[in-house]
Amino acid sequence: MKITQLSVFLENKPGRLQQILSVLAGASINIQTLTIAEVTDFGILRLIVDRPDDAYQALKAQHITCSRTEVLGVVLDDSPGALYTLMEAFSKRQLNIEYMYAYANPGQASSIMIFRFEDLEKAQAALLEEGIQLVPRSEIHDV
Amino acid sequence: MFNPEFESMPVPKLKELQLERLQWSVRHAYENNAVYKRKFDAAGFHPDQLKSLDDLRRVPFLTKHEMREASPFGLFATPMREVVRVHSSSGTTGNATVVGYTKQDLDVWATLIARCLAATGATEEDIVQVAYGYGLFTGGLGLHYGVEKLGATVVPISGGNTDRQLMLIRDYGSSMLACTPSYAINMIDFAAKQMPDFDFRKTKLRRGIFGAEPWTEAMRKEIETKMGIDAYDIYGLSEVMGPGVSNECSAKQGLHVFEDHFLVEIIDPETGEVLPEGSQGEIVYTSLTKEACPVIRYRSRDITRIYRDACSCGRTHIKMDKVTGRSDDMLIIRGVNVFPSQIEAILMEIEGVEPHYQIVVDRKGTMDDIEVMVEVEEAIFSDELKVMNALRDRITNRFRSVLGISAKVTLAEPSSIARSQGKAQRVIDKRKQ
Repeated sequence: MKITQLSVFLENKPGRLQQILSVLAGASINIQTLTIAEVTDFGILRLIVDRPDDAYQALKAQHITCSRTEVLGVVLDDSPGALYTLMEAFSKRQLNIEYMYAYANPGQASSIMIFRFEDLEKAQAALLEEGIQLVPRSEIHDV
Repeated sequence: MFNPEFESMPVPKLKELQLERLQWSVRHAYENNAVYKRKFDAAGFHPDQLKSLDDLRRVPFLTKHEMREASPFGLFATPMREVVRVHSSSGTTGNATVVGYTKQDLDVWATLIARCLAATGATEEDIVQVAYGYGLFTGGLGLHYGVEKLGATVVPISGGNTDRQLMLIRDYGSSMLACTPSYAINMIDFAAKQMPDFDFRKTKLRRGIFGAEPWTEAMRKEIETKMGIDAYDIYGLSEVMGPGVSNECSAKQGLHVFEDHFLVEIIDPETGEVLPEGSQGEIVYTSLTKEACPVIRYRSRDITRIYRDACSCGRTHIKMDKVTGRSDDMLIIRGVNVFPSQIEAILMEIEGVEPHYQIVVDRKGTMDDIEVMVEVEEAIFSDELKVMNALRDRITNRFRSVLGISAKVTLAEPSSIARSQGKAQRVIDKRKQ
């Protein structure tokens, strides 16, 4: 069920994101979604890609600091109140979110949100018990 | 041991030898060099007054400034026809100073380097790749003739051409490497980045002798782990001879100063007062056998400590600590004295931080501003901002508590700080530009 996210250390300077993307393009990696968390002088680029291990090796080969992190993809109805309902379940189960962002899922009836939890195992078990639909790994990554 | 009779000489006998040689050296400088004669006369000192080693305190110091003033040949004490080679200091701080060597000086130098190599376990079976720069700098040629003196095989590749360095390590089966510690790290980085198939551990490299710049225990650990070798510190300064003034032995616990050729004192850099053994201060050198360019009480500006212990290697010569800083490198930031080595030590103790950093000092209005750039390697990278911020705060807080100043800490991408092939430029002081 877990999805592999790539995290890349980035200085906040013109051209840095472009260089990372060029490495990924060169390795024919398809990016499904990305988000940047930033403080003043550096940021962390978080990416969901089709082949995370290949992407990691390609970045390492260019001496770019990156790591792999496990996250969960949660399926949501594309309707008002869906995220609210989900948060109710999180609160009930005392699940603390480290960070979250949306996954591009165009043309589909449902949306996907990516979540990183303090305790990923606990979160996964709780969500499954609550009957919340998680995105299988095979739907995101090439096997 | 290359010269066991000298290297393990009982201390009382060693001191007798030192006194005998010191009397010769001081008289030689006085009688054959006008600068020394003028200085000694002005201080009311005559070589006849030198009856014990302690009498050396009556002799005036020789400063780096005086050496520069006398440049190029003003401190030579032999006619030029007896001088067979000159070298020059790297001029890290100010103008270069020129030093000369007679045939006998070169023979002593080669012998001392051979002692250094032997102290690390090298024998005539070794193939030693000398990746110090050849030329005016004492590193390359100094090591070169020492390797030959030992009877090992020298690979005189000089500095630079990192890809070729690695190819020769692999193809020639070099068993020992001699270069600056920052160049060794540069080789490790280059191999990781450009030659993924290259594995130091699959080569015959077993030991390295590194010097010409201060380095820390953490750097030693990195070099030893990543190259799969034993790394030893070799110390020297061109004004005194070049590399081989002191060297680590198998104990890797302090550097033995070759006391049959050099006499060392530790002084308070402010007052010039001689401090007891074991105190930290500026190390002062007196050559005991040098012909062309004797140095009498040369103030090195290097900060260290000297002490005598019963070393497991069997050498009796006094030890000095790894040099932690040069009083010339001292930065005065908002009135506080800061050595780059202190900043390095703080970064080292914070687990996993690789020794790649740069200090930038600037003046904003009337305030000194210090920024320390630290490269983020995967070992300390986290995908959570709060963890990265905590790392930065931890470094900032350590600077404040240890140095007493607040520095701006910037986390930088790997390889974003320029690497040099020779000496690492750790400090950029924009106040001087």
